[in-house]
Amino acid sequence: MRSLSTIFWLSVKELRSFFRDWVLLGLVIYSFSLAIIAQAQSNAQELHNASLGVVDEDHSELSRRITRAFLPPYFKSAEPIAERDVDHLMNIGRYTFVIDIPPNFERDVLAGRRPALQVAVDATAMMQAGIGAGYAQEIIADEVADFVSRHGFATVPAVNLAVRIAFNPNVTTSWFVSVMGIINNVTMLAIILAGAAVVREREHGTMDHLLVMPVSPFEIAMAKVLGNAAVIAIAAGLSLTLVVRHLLAVPIAGSIPLFMCGVVIYLFFATSVGVFLATIARTMPQLGLLYMLVAIPLNMLSGSNTPLESMPAFLRTIVQVSPTTYFVSFAQAILYRGAGFDVVWTNFLEVGLMGALFLALGLLRYRSVATQGS
Amino acid sequence: MDAMDGPVARLVGLRHRYGAGVALAGINLEIPSGRMVGLIGPDGVGKSTLLGLVAGAKQIQDGAVEVLGGDMADVRHRQAVCPRIAFMPQGLGKNLYPDLSVRENIDFFGRLFGHSRRERQRRSVELMAATGLAAFADRPAKKLSGGMRQKLSLCCSLIHDPDLLILDEPTTGVDPLSRRQFWELIDRMRARRKGMSVVVATAYMEEAERFDWLVAMNAGAILATGSPEALKSKAGTETIEAAFVALLPDEMKSGHKALQIPPRTKYDHESVIVAHDLTRRFGDFTAVDHVSFDIQRGEIFGFVGSNGCGKTTTMKMLTGLLPASEGSATLFGRAVDANDMRSRMRVGYMSQSFSLYSELTVRQNLDLHARLFHLPAADAKQRIIDLIARFGLKGHVDQLAADLPLGIRQRLSLAVAVVHRPDLLILDEPTSGVDPMARDAFWELLIDLSRNQGVTIFVSTHFMNEAARCDRISLMDAGRVLATDTPDGLVRARKTATLEDAFIDFLEESDGRALVVDEAVGLDAANSAAPPAVNSSLFSTRRMLAYAIRETLELLRDPIRLAFALGGTAFLMLIFGFGITTDVNSLTIAFLDRDNTFESRAYLSELRGSRYFAEEAPLRDQRDELQRLRGGKVTATIEIPPGFGRDLRRGRPVEIAAWIDGSMPFRAETIRGYLVSMHQQYLDDLAIRGHLGDGSTALPADVAVRFRYNQNFDSIYAMVPSQLALQLALIPAILMALAIVREKELGSIINLYVTPVTRLEFLLGKQIPYVALAMLNFAIMFLMALFVFDVPLKGSFLMLLLGAFVYVIATTAYGRVISAFTSTQIAALFGTTIMTVLPATMFAGMMVPVSSLTGLAAVMGRFFPMTYFLPISVGTFTKGLGFADLSMHLLSLAAFVPALTLLGLVLLRPQEK
Repeated sequence: MRSLSTIFWLSVKELRSFFRDWVLLGLVIYSFSLAIIAQAQSNAQELHNASLGVVDEDHSELSRRITRAFLPPYFKSAEPIAERDVDHLMNIGRYTFVIDIPPNFERDVLAGRRPALQVAVDATAMMQAGIGAGYAQEIIADEVADFVSRHGFATVPAVNLAVRIAFNPNVTTSWFVSVMGIINNVTMLAIILAGAAVVREREHGTMDHLLVMPVSPFEIAMAKVLGNAAVIAIAAGLSLTLVVRHLLAVPIAGSIPLFMCGVVIYLFFATSVGVFLATIARTMPQLGLLYMLVAIPLNMLSGSNTPLESMPAFLRTIVQVSPTTYFVSFAQAILYRGAGFDVVWTNFLEVGLMGALFLALGLLRYRSVATQGS
Repeated sequence: MDAMDGPVARLVGLRHRYGAGVALAGINLEIPSGRMVGLIGPDGVGKSTLLGLVAGAKQIQDGAVEVLGGDMADVRHRQAVCPRIAFMPQGLGKNLYPDLSVRENIDFFGRLFGHSRRERQRRSVELMAATGLAAFADRPAKKLSGGMRQKLSLCCSLIHDPDLLILDEPTTGVDPLSRRQFWELIDRMRARRKGMSVVVATAYMEEAERFDWLVAMNAGAILATGSPEALKSKAGTETIEAAFVALLPDEMKSGHKALQIPPRTKYDHESVIVAHDLTRRFGDFTAVDHVSFDIQRGEIFGFVGSNGCGKTTTMKMLTGLLPASEGSATLFGRAVDANDMRSRMRVGYMSQSFSLYSELTVRQNLDLHARLFHLPAADAKQRIIDLIARFGLKGHVDQLAADLPLGIRQRLSLAVAVVHRPDLLILDEPTSGVDPMARDAFWELLIDLSRNQGVTIFVSTHFMNEAARCDRISLMDAGRVLATDTPDGLVRARKTATLEDAFIDFLEESDGRALVVDEAVGLDAANSAAPPAVNSSLFSTRRMLAYAIRETLELLRDPIRLAFALGGTAFLMLIFGFGITTDVNSLTIAFLDRDNTFESRAYLSELRGSRYFAEEAPLRDQRDELQRLRGGKVTATIEIPPGFGRDLRRGRPVEIAAWIDGSMPFRAETIRGYLVSMHQQYLDDLAIRGHLGDGSTALPADVAVRFRYNQNFDSIYAMVPSQLALQLALIPAILMALAIVREKELGSIINLYVTPVTRLEFLLGKQIPYVALAMLNFAIMFLMALFVFDVPLKGSFLMLLLGAFVYVIATTAYGRVISAFTSTQIAALFGTTIMTVLPATMFAGMMVPVSSLTGLAAVMGRFFPMTYFLPISVGTFTKGLGFADLSMHLLSLAAFVPALTLLGLVLLRPQEK
């Protein structure tokens, strides 16, 4: 009871401190609003506005049809270029895709000679190259098939593959990156706010003060965890309902309260990591560098940016124990796929246990280092 | 006295305010030249503000300041007289760099004032000899005692032979011997440079006796000016301190009376604190060396000594904050135990560093502490009302602690320390920096606690008149107790006139610390003093290099930061180089084969053989399918309808259904691409094997996809060069931003305001080491790309090197711009992180070409330097390009350098507000 009251009042103090730092408050608001919107507008996950050049050496009806078949929003309208410029324009990155339609293409197609048409792809355009190559192939194939069928050849395939995308039928980027943006923010903020709150008390000498009062390190650490987690949970909740759901009109399939439960459990983990890092770093610049080395990999390798399936096996095994990976996984399950508690409870449990582990580690080091550097 | 040739400074109608608080309320003053002028008055009356304005460190808000014959609001005049003024800000060695040695600090200032190497050498030898610092030339400033630090600060101020020397409380917190030596030093310097004017603010009234001319200030206004004798005779008092009090307006005087100390009530020798041979070592440095004492109940026991002599460490050991290396201590008869909550309830502690939450109000601070000590709510309420009344905090209850004048703050600190009615108070320099009247008021409270409530008080101080008020004192120096007795006892033992003299006597005896000064050198120097080498040109390479050299030294002295900075990029490069790829493999897939014929198995075997997919247990039914997609157990499913084989054989059209988990759009698109191309492959195979009789399913044209630059489409060849660009954007920007904000937070930015260094020199000088560091990062990552990742460089190395060089200049400049908006390290850290990580990873073309971005993302991408370096890095590595193709990108990148530098320049304040 006494302990609860101590933790409560210390948490209130944390909140008061946080709301006094206007620059920090502004940065938090920015990262949960404008930054989310900017990411949602990026269209980074889908094929969008891909730049395309066409070398048309055929000048036939079919070649013109193919050129016109590339449409926004997937591709920008195709620009005619000369063959001798292809290398330079692809070198400087002007075009990611260049289609080369050889002379007599239409004639050869109609004659059944199966002429070759080349699609050159800039393989260094990481996300677009693969998806775009597939799209380009399909578009050209459809156009050629359509053209041929008009000229009296039947090309109905015997077996049709009907591909449907569940949970995000139009594969809209903003559905994905807006929520992942919130998740990334939660990780970054929770670690830095909780960690900096500890280092700041040490640099300002108020830590000494607390440690000579009848207040235990556990209570101090818990107050940092609770106070900072409360701020971030509220920011994340507001961002999800106001920015993501209303402003960006992203449909949410599952239960927001269930997701928020998960956020709170995850925040327990992330703030505990912050407190733990603060017991390793002696000064703010050191905390900053340490933070970069922990928070950015946690985020980048959590499956919120690139698929986990793309990592080499050893790294995949390592990130499988990262609570951030679980966070991303249950967030996707709840928000996109409408999963319930029965599906995600194991993830919740794992994240909670990792949080407890880091809090214990932090406490172990806490008292011995709490007064260093002052 | 020298002939007077007009005032050295003239202030007309000078007003200055901070927010709602008035610091100076219309000051009119002429400060005579060639004299030693003292500014006296309580804390927070505007002394520091006035000196800051005269030195040109602060921006003038209202009124006029003329110094050395010109207007200080005029930039050109300020630039011109800057080299003739020296300013030593308040706080021990605040303008010094703690990681630099004595010699390096002096050298740095010498460079700022444009001295050549020989000249610097001559002057620093001369100054170190004159101040007795020569023996410690290679010791870092942070390891100097307070007195030595102030002497070093003075050396740095005097390196350029100023005409006007401005000292803001130079001796606060310094032991009496060092203080005496400091003033002797100033006298010698004045003898050497006859025309030099000195303006000093001081909290020690007794020091004011030695000045030529005094300015007594109170509440932002001037009470009186004149020589010490004139002031004393005007007020009809014996001492300056008494004269000052007499000069105060009546309403302020009314509460003040000479402090009376009633005799102590004896509590028959009940020991509250007993220490035996208490020792604390930090590495090979002994901070506290076998200290023993025994403090009785109700006693006021004083620890007296300079800053850094071990007072704080001893107190921390008593509170359990630091474990003792040797020896033992008991509180209330029990051994000190860090986890003993009960003894903590009986102790009140006031640490030296201001131990309140500055972001809370007075009432919130009291309230928080009452809660933490678990006072019952009703009792707490009454207690807080009582404390507010008794400690005179009534007018301030809703003010933030940060906005309180120092004297009031200390009262609040004490109120907070006694909120739970402790039996023992441990106070670490509670009155440091507090003016005499506030000190007296504070002591009245202490005496009341001790004499009327039986509270034991253990207090440390460096004020001799405070030491004299204690029942007993220990004189401390360099971790050892020199003597313990009543103040009178100590004076009698040494047969001196005052306690201060007795202390000095003890100090000199203990380590023979008589001032080691080579008088001959000092006098010699006077004869050979060259005219000051003033260089107030707009840009000086030497001044820029002064900052570059200093920053480099500091970086080298912080091995942890250096190791993180170098190893950190390599670490991130390693895991991202392997971890962030777009080669999606081993996607989980499950099948629902409702036909289960040769034909259906043949279709599925096409997928089963692929390295892209990893098959999971077959699906039972459509409910199972949904369940597993929802839980993320599978990313795709294929359902083959019943009768598939039969229909296929009969040539009837059939449809296979595929579901893909769309929660991650990129992955969904990739899976879709894989499935579609495998399906096409199946159809082609079918046609070739002639299963369908005619070749009609084969496409009438062959669409060949050729991946350029990287035939196998391995993303590592794009990712590794991208990582190089990404890492060079993150850590250099953050280090740069922190380096600048750190100067703001620690106060050494004052040197930018008061020395001839210009903003451009400051910014460029600080940038040079970080650009060099980033180039080292580049070299490490370049080698990693070649030998760890096996990504060869196909294009021009020279192009890459040049691009990287321009790029790191731009990214450090970017960090510098962000630093301009923030004043705390934490905000700088967080701000730089979110302002670099997001655009770098999402909007600079690493994953998606910038030309495909829309909206805000596109704008943010265009204005981020990485957007233009990425094509250079990827181009030279993987596309095999050189200057011909990449010169446009290089030019765009180069445009960031002047733009960001200019922005940083505009945003950096030339003076304090």
